[in-house]
Amino acid sequence: MRSLLATGLFLASQLVLASGAVHEYQLDNGLKLIVREDHRAPVVVSQVWYKVGASYEHDGITGVSHVLEHMMFKGTDDYPAGEFSRIISENGGSENAFTSKDYTAYFQRLEKSRLAVSFELESDRMRNLHLQEEEFLKEINVVMEERRMRTDDKPTALTYEQFAATAFISSSVRIPTIGWMNDLENMELSDLQHWYERWYAPNNAIVVVVGDVDPEAVLKLAKQYFEPLQPEVIVPPKPRLEPPQKGRRDITVKAPAEVPYTVMGYKAPVLATAEERWEPYALEVLANVLDGGDSARLTRDLVRGSQIATSAGAGYDLYDRQAGLFMLDGTPTESSTVAEIQKALFEQIQRLQDEPVTDEELTRIKSGVVASAVYELDSVFYQAMKIGQLEAIGLDWRLAVEYVDRINAVTAEQVQAVAKKYLVEEALTVAVLDPLPMEAGRKPRPQSNGGGHGH
Amino acid sequence: MDTRIMMVFYRGIAAVLWLAVIPAVSAMPAIQHWVTDNGARVYFVPAPELPMVDINVTFAAGGVRDDGHAGLAHMTSTLLDMGAAGLGADEIARRVESLGAELSTGSARDMAWVKLRSLSDSVHLQPALKLLADVINQPDFNNKDFERERKRTQVAIQRSEQSPATVAGYTFFQSVYGDHPYAPRPSGTVDSIGALQLEQLKAFYKEYYVARNVVFSIVGDLDRKAAEQLAGQVIGQLPAGNRAPAVVPVPALTKAQEQRIYHPSTQTHVRMGAPGMHRGDPDYFTLYVGNHVLGGGGLVSRLFEEVREKRGLSYSVNSYFSPMEQDGPYLFSLQTRNDQVDEALTVMRETLQEFVDKGPTEKELLASKKNITGGFPLRIASNSSILDYLNVIGFYDLPLNYLETFNDKVMAVTREQIVDAFQRRVSPDTMETIIVGGDG
Repeated sequence: MRSLLATGLFLASQLVLASGAVHEYQLDNGLKLIVREDHRAPVVVSQVWYKVGASYEHDGITGVSHVLEHMMFKGTDDYPAGEFSRIISENGGSENAFTSKDYTAYFQRLEKSRLAVSFELESDRMRNLHLQEEEFLKEINVVMEERRMRTDDKPTALTYEQFAATAFISSSVRIPTIGWMNDLENMELSDLQHWYERWYAPNNAIVVVVGDVDPEAVLKLAKQYFEPLQPEVIVPPKPRLEPPQKGRRDITVKAPAEVPYTVMGYKAPVLATAEERWEPYALEVLANVLDGGDSARLTRDLVRGSQIATSAGAGYDLYDRQAGLFMLDGTPTESSTVAEIQKALFEQIQRLQDEPVTDEELTRIKSGVVASAVYELDSVFYQAMKIGQLEAIGLDWRLAVEYVDRINAVTAEQVQAVAKKYLVEEALTVAVLDPLPMEAGRKPRPQSNGGGHGH
Repeated sequence: MDTRIMMVFYRGIAAVLWLAVIPAVSAMPAIQHWVTDNGARVYFVPAPELPMVDINVTFAAGGVRDDGHAGLAHMTSTLLDMGAAGLGADEIARRVESLGAELSTGSARDMAWVKLRSLSDSVHLQPALKLLADVINQPDFNNKDFERERKRTQVAIQRSEQSPATVAGYTFFQSVYGDHPYAPRPSGTVDSIGALQLEQLKAFYKEYYVARNVVFSIVGDLDRKAAEQLAGQVIGQLPAGNRAPAVVPVPALTKAQEQRIYHPSTQTHVRMGAPGMHRGDPDYFTLYVGNHVLGGGGLVSRLFEEVREKRGLSYSVNSYFSPMEQDGPYLFSLQTRNDQVDEALTVMRETLQEFVDKGPTEKELLASKKNITGGFPLRIASNSSILDYLNVIGFYDLPLNYLETFNDKVMAVTREQIVDAFQRRVSPDTMETIIVGGDG
């Protein structure tokens, strides 16, 4: 298998060289522009990333970054509500936006000659958004509908939200990106206005362009559209470091559901916070030993082996701004319980602490990483995502290129070391979804829709 | 793990689209097509830019062939890579993943498929192809794997009942399709899965996993000769068998019906519609373009404007045709706070009625045509999106120049044709409406 890996590695390094030179520019007003050439198809992806998201928020205004993302489609004086999307659509584009803990991003995918359309509209709404009460009152309802759909009516999502808010007391990692419902209900236009003025400026933005483009021509366009914009004094958020956890935390979430579920997490560093640079990569490998495909330990041992779980997973994200969690989760079978799942997950952790992972497992994981680096090149969008995500959390995009080498350098001893250091009970939070009855199948829904309802 | 998907929120529901469909590969791909000696139809587009190969082996072996045993096709497909040629599920997964390859099985109403993505150098590709051939040609159908996957499927079905959207979705199919084989859930029900016998899976496999029932699509870094060898290696040994019989036509609905189903949720999900059109339908482009104006344009459509932008009633609202071998559904969807559902439904129905009565304006039609045709390069920009097109073209016997003529056919659609086609084919008076949610 070693020779396989070597072939793959060679391939991946050749490709990184051959595929897409990356060009990095800084405009006079502080805007960063990163262009990656990919000439396979006559298309271009344009993304504008702002360094702001839920982890920048505080109690009382949670969800404001995401609501603002919605309002960014509600018009400027030059392009009133709806015009942005109409113009992109008529240019054959597809577009959307997304908000996460650490960033808010807007993107268009277009035939390559239409890039200027994107720049014109994005530069306009970077500084000239016209927030209007009438539009806000409608859109905040849309966001509350989104919250109901994605969280309130999804028992596992609801469990996760309460779990994250339990695992972190002070760190803003605890804040749900969609916002708490009560904060949404009490949000005001002025909250959005402040948030917009504070964070939406060229010196807090990264423009990423990937596609069949000439980097110098893109730079020229960027200067034309973005350089006239005034920068802002950006005050970075306070660190809000989580105080050390002093013991295991357990919560139960009772909600109408058919099937129980458990999720647990250990405090863990990320690339941006790690004292030892190799540690996040070792945690990444650890997550893959447990849940890197159907041959990984959790599916092999818990789903197919002991058959105690119908599904089980592990997850870790090294590209976050603040320290986060190494997570595990599982769904029992008809005849097993969440307690049995938890016991089995703890046994898996114990084993990782007691024994080094096998060479074969390491080789499998590394082969997967090498191959994925090739497969990812099939998506222009994904290439842009990788660059933007890193830059938006204040890291260098070159880390994405380094990733394969870093993972390949991880040893079995290092995996064992991070398992011992971080997967400890003092740093553990456990949540259980305890299903409430769904009201015995179905009963006919009353026809009346009587009056208002306090949601 | 599923806790991680909820961390990012989007303005529109198009999130799914951008994850799935992304660019690469310049000019129009010339599709190469041949039939193997044992009768399998092969479709191939060389893509030398990246050292990888994508393969999709699709069989006319979807849930529509369940013949009263809902979930039979699904379970058969699920078991393929759970043991083959004497290799257990653990060993198959270990070998595939050690190669950095991605092997998956799946099924829907019309079809079942096995997909492989691999690096294209022979050190990786050859062993990956061997595994692909094993799961297709020699699945073991062990009882132990069957019992385990049966239980997992049952829990997955139970879990899906937690979602009002899922309940609304499968109830919609049951109501619209009635006695037609498109009606049952392809995943089956807890009871129907419980009643399945392993022998039924084996018989199903034997009947439908045969060469004449295969559409084999390849996109990647290899030439025609290598592609022919590859297809021969994977399916050359399959018995010829017979192509599955055509799916029976779908009867039209004769009256409107509304079903309200209680669910302990804060939102109510609505699914409304009727049988729509089939692949290769003479009205395909007319209906497709027309619906783009009405509810298919993503963040720009009449429904999006009326339901969300003007009234803030729903996060996602759309309509789309899902053409299948026979008439797939024309489906309208939204979800809203329980006490607003009647208002939202009224707006959706009025918007549809207005469109059926009057059609799009010339301006709207032109805008939609510009979006569809201007965005064409995006549709075929990645190997994976080309692979999907090959599969659809092959499975539904669409012309090989389908992609080349796509934009011309879109541009040829007129306002009058849309009005005519919607009045003939879309009847708001005979639609099913499924309403799933909590008390207002």
